[in-house]
Amino acid sequence: MILLAELKYYFIRRVLTFLPTLIGLTLMTFVVSVMIPSNPARLWAGGIKANPEIIEMIKKKYHLDEPLYMQYYYYITNLLKGDLGTSPITHRPVILDIMTYFPATVELAILAEILVIVIGVPLGVISALKKDSLVDHVVRVFSLIGVSLPIFWLGLMLQWVFYYYLGILPAGGRGIPPKVKYTGLYMLDSLLCQDWNAFVDNLSHAIMPAFTLAYIGIGIIARITRSSILDVASADFVVFLQVKGLEKIKVLKHILKNALVPIVTMLGLEFGALLSGAVITETIFYWPGIGRYAVQGVNNLDFPAIMGVTLLVGLVYIITNLVVDLMYAAIDPRVRL
Amino acid sequence: MNMGKEILRIEDLSVHFFTYAGVVRAVEDLNLTIMKGEVFALVGETGCGKSMTMRAVLRLIPPPGRIVKGRIIFDGIDLLKLSEEEMRKIRGSEIAMIFQDPNTALDPLFTAGYQVVETLTAHNKKIKIKEAWRRTLKLFKLVDIPEAEKRLRSYLHELSGGMKQRVVISIALSLNPKLLIADEPTTALDVTIQAQILKLLKELQEKYNVTLVMITHNLGVVAEMADRVAVMYAGSIVEVADVFKLFENPLHPYTKGLLGAIPSTARKVSRLTPIPGTVPNMINPPPGCKFHPRCKYARDICKVKRPELIEVRPGHLVACHLYGERCKWS
Amino acid sequence: MSLTALKGRFEKWRVKNKAKIEEWKLTLRVLTMSPLTFSGLIMVILFLIIAAIGPYIAPHDPYEIDFSIMFQPPSLEHPFGTDEYGRDIFSRVLHGARISLVIGIITLSISVPIGVILGLVSGYYGGVVDEIIMRLTDIFLAFPGLILAIALSVALGGGIETVMIALSMVWWPYYVRLTRGQVLSVKENLYVEAAKAIGLGDFWIMFKHILPNVISPVIVLATMDMGGVILTAAALSFIGLGARPPTPEWGRLVADGQPYFPEYWWYVFFPGMVIFLTVLGFNLLGDGIRDALDPKIRRTIEFKERG
Repeated sequence: MILLAELKYYFIRRVLTFLPTLIGLTLMTFVVSVMIPSNPARLWAGGIKANPEIIEMIKKKYHLDEPLYMQYYYYITNLLKGDLGTSPITHRPVILDIMTYFPATVELAILAEILVIVIGVPLGVISALKKDSLVDHVVRVFSLIGVSLPIFWLGLMLQWVFYYYLGILPAGGRGIPPKVKYTGLYMLDSLLCQDWNAFVDNLSHAIMPAFTLAYIGIGIIARITRSSILDVASADFVVFLQVKGLEKIKVLKHILKNALVPIVTMLGLEFGALLSGAVITETIFYWPGIGRYAVQGVNNLDFPAIMGVTLLVGLVYIITNLVVDLMYAAIDPRVRL
Repeated sequence: MNMGKEILRIEDLSVHFFTYAGVVRAVEDLNLTIMKGEVFALVGETGCGKSMTMRAVLRLIPPPGRIVKGRIIFDGIDLLKLSEEEMRKIRGSEIAMIFQDPNTALDPLFTAGYQVVETLTAHNKKIKIKEAWRRTLKLFKLVDIPEAEKRLRSYLHELSGGMKQRVVISIALSLNPKLLIADEPTTALDVTIQAQILKLLKELQEKYNVTLVMITHNLGVVAEMADRVAVMYAGSIVEVADVFKLFENPLHPYTKGLLGAIPSTARKVSRLTPIPGTVPNMINPPPGCKFHPRCKYARDICKVKRPELIEVRPGHLVACHLYGERCKWS
Repeated sequence: MSLTALKGRFEKWRVKNKAKIEEWKLTLRVLTMSPLTFSGLIMVILFLIIAAIGPYIAPHDPYEIDFSIMFQPPSLEHPFGTDEYGRDIFSRVLHGARISLVIGIITLSISVPIGVILGLVSGYYGGVVDEIIMRLTDIFLAFPGLILAIALSVALGGGIETVMIALSMVWWPYYVRLTRGQVLSVKENLYVEAAKAIGLGDFWIMFKHILPNVISPVIVLATMDMGGVILTAAALSFIGLGARPPTPEWGRLVADGQPYFPEYWWYVFFPGMVIFLTVLGFNLLGDGIRDALDPKIRRTIEFKERG
């Protein structure tokens, strides 16, 4: 089909522009890892209490005595080998630690994103369709509150209500692992091997942190959906659709598709915010993900861990935005030019 | 003059807009009759209410506007008494409308062909998709879209202004409507394309015997296309006549002013005479005849009483106190 | 200069800028009309007052330790209760307001001018300059804000000053994007072409002609970002970066209270509530300013008043 052919060219073009962004990402982490700290080797070795021998070893390994461009070269080659440094706290390669904790964060983020889409978009649609009604005002206030709440406070309050007061949800931690592990995403895996017990247990553990994470996003998406739909609904072509005698449902379909573009873009940005928020949420709910790993890194001055997480999150973020751009092109043919 | 059947009769139509600044009387006590098969032009300055009149026929007045009174009889049916669903069935299939700006009339996210097909399926649930696409192809060829096959799957941004308008026309004609309303269909196009589109409209109108209502502020278009003309000013009709008679012998001072204000190669004119003053405030229009502040023939009665639309010669109606009871033909 | 001469000067200025003054008055009126916006304004003013005089009106010394009154629930004497050292939490919160305000102001004072200037230059000159600035912005925007702030803070040392620098680095790219977008749409206007035609210098055009026309959305964003910065700073101190104990920064207070939650709930509840209300105030105000500057809404209000 002609459609896909065009899309394919756009895909290729877009992926090509991805590479410089990727390089930019590594430049940034390089600058923060090596150029900004006053004594990078010491910081990487664990700070003030670091063993001087280890500091020397790090200096040699990362060629910190050589000119900057050489350092960058070694930095990149190490990255490509999968070497993100060794944690001075756990004494394990950071990459291993991250791989252990990453699936938990992914699971939480995906669940939160689902909540944002499933709750946020319909709220926005209703708000737009019933403009200026009570529902509309409630949704708008709700979303305004959402962007003002500190995540940590919201999390704690939810714990208070649902765990301490009502006792219906667990305070934290992850659920029991399913019988068979395919992806590391417990809920998905338990569905795949039909371990219903594990599924329910994991869901009950994940729902509060996921909701805490999603709350801000729900508010923002509801707002964007509302304004996007209202903007489109006042466009000329919508009148023409009615002039043609199109059924209301069909007219709505046109409106929604046109309104989708800014919504999809926002959802992509949202995912990045979710990853950020995971740092706080995982800490409050003792969720064993990379967010919590990073916070422990902050408390223990585990600089390699922090930089490893930063790099990974940045990578996920730019990949998400790439995917969003492709979806955007699939919806709006004008972009493929 | 064509003494055929009426296809559209508008009686005492009033459309008001309830804005924060006040009530805008966009259309006030409007009366109009359109005959089957003719090309009828509705002329007036921007803002005189001509678009709103026709939008009222389709019952698509945007908020904060509302039809506050009147009757609109289309082929014997009072449209204002129909339910929304019944009205929806009439839109597009019996009465079609094309807009001024083809660039914004179509949805940029869907192909041209799709937007015709969905019109067909909206009014004919039983039609098969393949058949609908076939018919669309025929329609595209009918409106002279070059490379019609390819254009079926083209998106808006890949089409030129003229082609877009042709797509719009093909949508309008797809279900063989009895009445086609063209709201300034060429204003947004280049002059050369204008001529092509007008020619196309005229051909299609003759071929399918559609009643065509042309809304325009361009008297040249009127001269070329119309059989009969109605002149509108500030929400009301001020003159209706056969096109030749109107140009030969305009009766209403406003019409006279309009014709005197356009350059013409036919008559030798030393200077163009614009009409003094500006369009009236539609929230607080002047009392009596709305044109009186700008009219050089204005008398005391014009400031007080609104003139009615009276037939002063066969087929020639005027709303002006100059042609009062003295000239009434019964 | 004599008083009469000054008065004369003022009168002349008033007459010359009459239209502008009317516009500002209208903006103020629209701002105060909506109850939500008005509440936001009050909340922000309250916050500013507390930040200014908080330390002077605090009933107790926020650092005074007294183990005999530790973990007291809220009472008249201690409206927000006491913490594990017997310190009055209310007084600590009052002191903390100033810290939040300072963090917000300094962060935005750095990031907004940098962002706006880069945006102006990028949008105005276009070409290579634009490309470079955009690439740079993209690199910064490749990371979610909090993550980048954490990495930068730790790399810089982790104290409160480093937090402010880190936050500035996170926030400036948004202003570049915003300003550049505005400049691009305004650049096409004739008055810019006219200014160039008369031979006015680039900087003059950028700052005297383009800037005033693109500044409104920047003001809106900066107002709402004030709340955002305070929120992010609180999050950073919650995880241990920024203010060190015993500094009573609001996020730090919640972190300190977390281990004793929910038995001694007031420790976490009140500081968090205060953060929420402050940020909410800024968001409401920012929203209101955006509406107040929206031409459609202004005309509506104008008509309502005349008619």
